[in-house]
Amino acid sequence: MNELFFNVANITWQQAVMWAIGGILIYLAIKKDMEPTLLLPMGFGAILVNLPMSGAVTQIYDGAPEVGIIDVLFNSGIANELFPLLLFIGIGAMIDFGPLLTNPKLMIFGAAAQFGIFFTLSLAALMGFDLKDAASIAIIGAADGPTSIFVANFFQSKYIGAIMVAAYSYMALVPIVQPPVIKLLTTKKERLIRMQYKQKNVSKKTRILFPIVITMITGIVSPRSVALIGFLMFGNLIRECGVLGSLSETAQKVLSNLVTLLLGITIATKMQAEQFLTKETFMILGLGLVAFIFDTAGGVIFAKVVNLFLKDGNKINPMIGAAGISAFPMSARVVHKMGLKEDNQNFLLMHSVGVNVSGQIASVIAGGLILTLIG
Amino acid sequence: MNVDLFLSTLPMMAKGMAGIFIVTAVIILTMYILNALTKENNDK
Repeated sequence: MNELFFNVANITWQQAVMWAIGGILIYLAIKKDMEPTLLLPMGFGAILVNLPMSGAVTQIYDGAPEVGIIDVLFNSGIANELFPLLLFIGIGAMIDFGPLLTNPKLMIFGAAAQFGIFFTLSLAALMGFDLKDAASIAIIGAADGPTSIFVANFFQSKYIGAIMVAAYSYMALVPIVQPPVIKLLTTKKERLIRMQYKQKNVSKKTRILFPIVITMITGIVSPRSVALIGFLMFGNLIRECGVLGSLSETAQKVLSNLVTLLLGITIATKMQAEQFLTKETFMILGLGLVAFIFDTAGGVIFAKVVNLFLKDGNKINPMIGAAGISAFPMSARVVHKMGLKEDNQNFLLMHSVGVNVSGQIASVIAGGLILTLIG
Repeated sequence: MNVDLFLSTLPMMAKGMAGIFIVTAVIILTMYILNALTKENNDK
């Protein structure tokens, strides 16, 4: 009997806390529908890797290491940045850049809404994190899981587990985080501003050239981000070229699902109690929230500044600036719903979607710039 | 609190935001050019 139960004595209270955290993530995924594709595998993984002497992660037996499968997956899929890049092909194939191509100037709000990243970089540095960890934490503000994994992994941050939990949790919490910030920064009169939407056709030639040109521009300016933007735009090119329908469908569904299936549970290797239950994790969760708040504020305030130079009738509803964070399509929906709440005839969806997809590109550029400035 | 590191990140913040706006401006310009070059097709 002793052999059967010897491992019970190895259970620590820290592991029990991680089981509870895993349980909470699973609960949020199932009951609250919060990013279930990532939070559920991460929650289950958190339990899996925190069982005493868990064989899922590498353990030392009799002085020799026994390599765990989760560590194998981490080294072959995340340490070399493969999973986030493959996921980007799927995301690129899912995104319709039409609303942005119809009104290109909306993209400027995507740029403004990256302010939270750089603000958080400085704040994390002030709070005592070293520069590379501060950059890895700041990229939570990209509101984009694959970019966060890519950057945190590039800097080999030991906080990647906490960073992922924060990034995906706040993406799921966009409908809760953004509205109070938007309301605080705008007047009712501003929220009531209506914006005309003129339907324009975008030629197939433009749609095909767009991903190629964006890859070239971004790659030349920020060569370290070329893999990120390149894989995103490769997925989009497959979607728009019109001759690879089957591949596009596979990228959007099968490829994305397969990578997502492994991504969450693999990240869990960095959620082992001794690494995760630290005061730094709580600081990272707080800094992630700061990043999302200042991203939102950056977009909204920039739109208000732009309005100072526009005539009545051409003014922009500053709420659409908040959609410049990359959390797609949640942020666009939040802005659209807020517009309808103020005036049930104010349809901001197409504008906010345009800003939201621009945020996807801008967040990758921001990630690349972080790598260039700090790497 | 690491004030020295904080101060050293302020120029990075400025460079980063300036970089994003510059790249974005180039992309916006490119999109307008692309749309203009394919205008005939758009109107068809």
